[in-house]
Amino acid sequence: MAKMTLAQLKALRDETKKDIDRRDTEGKDVMIVVGMGTCGIAAGAKDAISSFIDEIKEHDLTNVTIKQTGCMGLCHSEPTVDVKAPGMPDTIYGNVTAELAKEIIVKHVIGKELISKHVLDRPASDIMKEQN
Amino acid sequence: MAVKNFVLVCGGTACESTKGDEIFKALLKSATKHGIKDDVQIIKTGCFGFCEKGPIVKVLPEEEFYVEVTPEDAEDIIAETVVKGRTVERLAYKDASTKGSVSSEKIKFYQKQYRVVLRNCGLINPEDINEYIARDGYLALEKCLTGELTPDSVIEHLKVSGLRGRGGAGFPTWLKWNFSKNVTADQKYVVCNADEGDPGAYMDRSTCEGDPHSIIEAMAIAGFTCGADTGYIYIRAEYPLAIERLNIAIEQAKEAGLLGDNILGSDFSFNLEIRLGAGAFVCGEETALLASIEGKRGMPIPKPPFPAVKGLWGKPSIINNVETFANIPVILTKGGAWFKSIGTAGSPGTKVFALTGQIENSGLVEVPMGTTLRDIVFDIGGGIKNGRKFKAVQTGGPSGGVITEQFLDTPIDFDTLTSIGSMMGSGGMIVMSEDDCIVDVTKFYLEFCVEESCGKCSPCRIGTKKMHEILEKITSGKGEMDDIQKLKDIGKAMKTASLCGLGQTAANPVLSTLKYFEDEYLEHIQDGKCRAGSCKDLMQYKVVTEKCIGCTVCARKCPVNCIEGERKAPHFIVQEKCVKCGACYEACKFDAITIS
Ligand SMILES: Cc1cc2nc3c(=O)[nH]c(=O)nc-3n(C[C@H](O)[C@H](O)[C@H](O)COP(=O)(O)O)c2cc1C
Ligand code: SF4
Ligand code: SF4
Ligand code: FES
Repeated sequence: MAKMTLAQLKALRDETKKDIDRRDTEGKDVMIVVGMGTCGIAAGAKDAISSFIDEIKEHDLTNVTIKQTGCMGLCHSEPTVDVKAPGMPDTIYGNVTAELAKEIIVKHVIGKELISKHVLDRPASDIMKEQN
Repeated sequence: MAVKNFVLVCGGTACESTKGDEIFKALLKSATKHGIKDDVQIIKTGCFGFCEKGPIVKVLPEEEFYVEVTPEDAEDIIAETVVKGRTVERLAYKDASTKGSVSSEKIKFYQKQYRVVLRNCGLINPEDINEYIARDGYLALEKCLTGELTPDSVIEHLKVSGLRGRGGAGFPTWLKWNFSKNVTADQKYVVCNADEGDPGAYMDRSTCEGDPHSIIEAMAIAGFTCGADTGYIYIRAEYPLAIERLNIAIEQAKEAGLLGDNILGSDFSFNLEIRLGAGAFVCGEETALLASIEGKRGMPIPKPPFPAVKGLWGKPSIINNVETFANIPVILTKGGAWFKSIGTAGSPGTKVFALTGQIENSGLVEVPMGTTLRDIVFDIGGGIKNGRKFKAVQTGGPSGGVITEQFLDTPIDFDTLTSIGSMMGSGGMIVMSEDDCIVDVTKFYLEFCVEESCGKCSPCRIGTKKMHEILEKITSGKGEMDDIQKLKDIGKAMKTASLCGLGQTAANPVLSTLKYFEDEYLEHIQDGKCRAGSCKDLMQYKVVTEKCIGCTVCARKCPVNCIEGERKAPHFIVQEKCVKCGACYEACKFDAITIS
């Protein structure tokens, strides 16, 4: 590394901060869990994850954790993604492509709006509420 | 694609010695094999504090916490957890009470901890300056150089924060810095005390290993504040890994223009060098330490003048402990008031303790000042090993004393510890159970002080030796009643007449254990009994006549043939000849031999 100036130090910190913040789970209230069973991986779960990570960076979101889990038992709709965000019902999306991942970040996480046509499942309690 | 997982491998001394590095390499190899090298970042970090169960591997963001990992486990960690998101059950940390696997955020060991000093340990790669910078590293120094912080406002923040030195005495840091700042001199110095001589203590080592830049940054800020352009880190040569990490960090900081001449293009210059100590305990004492840096014999000199006014080569020198320094960059970025809000009124902030002895989870713990000993020992530490009974905790090392059961709920800080006859010291915490003999433990500390006394003044040189002799007498069953008074008298004399802290405090373990466990001393002297069964000379092996069936096994095993008795009749041991080897005890299948 060459000798830095004040401005360069600031820039370096801003640039590296986002990456390292992802190691810290404290204070993160949005969780995105991607099904990574063999079926999910085959169906492109990795693309979905990359897309989530890029989009989170793009929008400077610091409160989102992305976790992966084994098969969620919904193999027909893999890759599946479970999104937990404050003020929103826990939602599972199916057939999540890289594009849909972007949309989930923009609409669901930031915009607080369900992307209805891709919703696979919602906790029974929410569906009940809706029917009343 | 962007990195999806982080695998953090402990690179602390304890884990390195148990194959941390091999695990790191095996993980890299597996990741390459699975074609996911770019999806996962494998990082060697500093100590997680959980050394007892090391080597530790943590996988993020899953928060999988794997313990006692071997290089052979690397493949499963990559193939199962990183590729498929599944827990490798056999490696997962199991809660002692529930036996279930738990992820790192739920481990009791960490729940009551609060990490300020160890904020980066186990999270960043200490050999990469960028990772430190990303965690707001060098932000405080930056503020100094942009004028956002001035020497006066740094002092003000430290004053508001209430930070007290973590090297043992708890002296207000702002005062020390202010003394040095207000002296006019052509040359000033900043010194970091990383001598860490307390037996069982390794908090400073872990901080140097896990977050070396925090110390470098703080020392540069000290230089900025009091007008020093040179600093020394005095560290014991027995800490090779810490020295290596510090050296790497210093090199990287120099290259980046964060150390050296004209830091970040400003007119502030600060150079830093490492000085190795030979590991004498007394060299941790500040005046002896400075003498040692000057190339003289490491012996204390009377104070005042204090080093802040007249220190290294007669120049004003700020000398602080590693942990003290590590707190400073955070105090300056988050503000003195923030720090003040943690801990107790008289001792703000946190303290790192090295928890060892008869404890389930030994390791490094950082808790807010004012946490009770019960929380530390039973919640964080998981209680006493093998379900034995708690006896006491020794804090303050060879200068400290014992804390007994009655004080388990006392919130601990500098002042409460002193008021109950112990002291904070550097943070070694040795837990004793009913199996530890209090006299024997005390003898261990005295032995340490006899070895470490530099011999310059006689109260310490002779006093420690005399006390040790008396304790030796008591533990070998030859104690006399007036020995107790003698111990107290010598102790008092040493306290007042010794030249430096070593001699002044060397009697503390004796005086404190006499205060709380006098009955155990008396038992040794009057009844020839050691209730913990650890003083060999006081033990008696006996045959329980009712249980002995006369199988003769013990008699045949006894190396000195001191067991007598007819076949099929109860045997007995001739005490005068017994050498207490325990062979009969091991050999008897009928539990007919007892120790008392
Ligand atoms: C015998 C003796 C040994 C000491 N050993 C250490 C040590 O290993 N590390 C340390 O930081 N301070 C040690 N000290 C305390 C130092 O003299 C000094 O008070 C401390 O470095 C000041 O830093 P602080 O204000 O940050 O605590 C020792 C003191 C005595 C009397
Ligand atoms: S008190 Fe002990 S260690 Fe300190 S100067 Fe005297 S002899 Fe040396
Ligand atoms: S302890 Fe050893 S020496 Fe003593 S009686 Fe047993 S076997 Fe013999
Ligand atoms: S050295 Fe690995 S946890 Fe302490």
